[in-house]
Amino acid sequence: MTATDRGRQALVRLDRVTCAYGGPPVLVDVDLTVEPGQFSGIVGPSGSGKTTLLKAILGTARPVGGSVRRRAGLTTAYVPQVETVDWSFPVTVGECVLMARSTGRRLPWPSRAERADVAEVLERLGIAELVDRHIRALSGGQQQRMFIARALLARPQLLLMDEPTSGVDVQTRHEVLHLLDDLNGDGLSIVVTTHDLNGIAAHLPHLVCLNREVIGAGAPREVLTAEVLERTYGATMEVLEHGGMPVVVDRYRRAGNVARLRRAQ
Amino acid sequence: MTDQLLAPFEFEFFRNGLAVATMAGALCGLVGVYVVLKGMSYIGHGLSHAIFGGFAASTLLGVNYFLGAGAWGVASALMINGVTRRRPIGADAAIGVITTASFALGLALFAVYGGGGGSFDAALFGSILGVAPSDVWVVAAVTLLAAAVVFLRYRALMFTTFDPEVADVSGVSVARVDALLMLVLAASILATMRVLGVTLIAATLVIPASVARMLTNSFARMLVLATVTGAGCGFVGMNLSYHLDVQSGPTIVLVGAALFASVFLATAGRGRHRPAGPDQQIGPPAAPALVPPAPSPAGGGAPAPRQ
Repeated sequence: MTATDRGRQALVRLDRVTCAYGGPPVLVDVDLTVEPGQFSGIVGPSGSGKTTLLKAILGTARPVGGSVRRRAGLTTAYVPQVETVDWSFPVTVGECVLMARSTGRRLPWPSRAERADVAEVLERLGIAELVDRHIRALSGGQQQRMFIARALLARPQLLLMDEPTSGVDVQTRHEVLHLLDDLNGDGLSIVVTTHDLNGIAAHLPHLVCLNREVIGAGAPREVLTAEVLERTYGATMEVLEHGGMPVVVDRYRRAGNVARLRRAQ
Repeated sequence: MTDQLLAPFEFEFFRNGLAVATMAGALCGLVGVYVVLKGMSYIGHGLSHAIFGGFAASTLLGVNYFLGAGAWGVASALMINGVTRRRPIGADAAIGVITTASFALGLALFAVYGGGGGSFDAALFGSILGVAPSDVWVVAAVTLLAAAVVFLRYRALMFTTFDPEVADVSGVSVARVDALLMLVLAASILATMRVLGVTLIAATLVIPASVARMLTNSFARMLVLATVTGAGCGFVGMNLSYHLDVQSGPTIVLVGAALFASVFLATAGRGRHRPAGPDQQIGPPAAPALVPPAPSPAGGGAPAPRQ
């Protein structure tokens, strides 16, 4: 195999993957390929198996059926949801980023080269001046940047993010989207899960609609259709167009009281 | 006055007791950092109670304490694991059932077969008289072991404590690191039980780490501060134990509690951090609460709203 062939080879290939946690399967017969340079969003309702699919790609969720093939030597990094983190934990931004270098018997304190690496990655993400801050002193966007910095310190080829913008404001969402877009432009492959159809999904080049099985996959224009969304979310949705981008609106068909309640607020 | 303070140092049993109490304090302070940050203090509490059952059985059967109580502790841990996996019962409840039962069994064994005597009291509340010269070496060895584990596995332990899920994905063998930590915790409890006492050991794990956490936001400094605080409480508490003629466990814990209260009051201004998490960045700042226009009829006055 030549170097070019290897460059074109898929990073991860899921073939009819079924995952279960002791009960009924949370993922059924999922086919998915992550190519080099791909930037994909996995969308679907709560409990649709988004996080499990991410874990299957990472290799921490073992499928009960099907196969997951990863390219030899593939390095992946994972960015968790900021909500799942204990922000009162006593670490500084620098200490947290350095956690990416935790394997093997390493000295407690960072080497000069490691300090330089941390400074470089923080500089790249525009938060160099925060290195000695306690993690609680960060804004939502800075928290995301810190975790992306930690992920990048592992020099990954594939970055996986779980709900990168849940619970953050519009400005932070734009910040994170721009940042991910830049990183993708530099050649990093990225897969994110999101429940935010208009804020995130519509801006990504490739989407996978998931509800235990893959309902649709492709560019937002192909996938964000009333039919696919109804099958994904089990609710009626309309897709409008605004400024050349699809905009999803949900309709409360038989739930007039809910709509009235919303208006009253 | 100085003579009085130095008087007990003439006795070898006191010097041994003091060395063990100081090392035990440092050891529990160090291990306690992980116990506190992982939210495992209930496990420390449970493990010490479980080991008491093993202590009673090994005393009555004439088996070596470390072998008997250690095996008993392992058996209890396996039972807790088994119960939580086979029935819909949470780990905290399973720990409550099994370790308390083990503790109760220990009490019943001593009640029926007598024996134990001083060592029974020592195991419950800690005693300076319960310290044999060999204990000095055992506690020193376990303290060195804990320090070596923390030094050699510092980064993996910190990552696992902070975020086990991401640590696992990042190539840290979280299960192995957790098992290592449990091993060190169990060894610490076994080694220090007869000085600190079963019923009070959990406090010596938790107090120094909590004091240190109030004083620093750095993980490395917290480790050092907790170790020094633990050692200091052990040293001062053991001296007080002799002079006040109170068991060593209670005096060590009370010295720690007094220190905790002082640091709590001294850092009062710092304690009011905003809650962690991204939520406070969303939307406009919260509107201030309405201040009642006049003091309530009871005359107490309403406290000013805090933001």
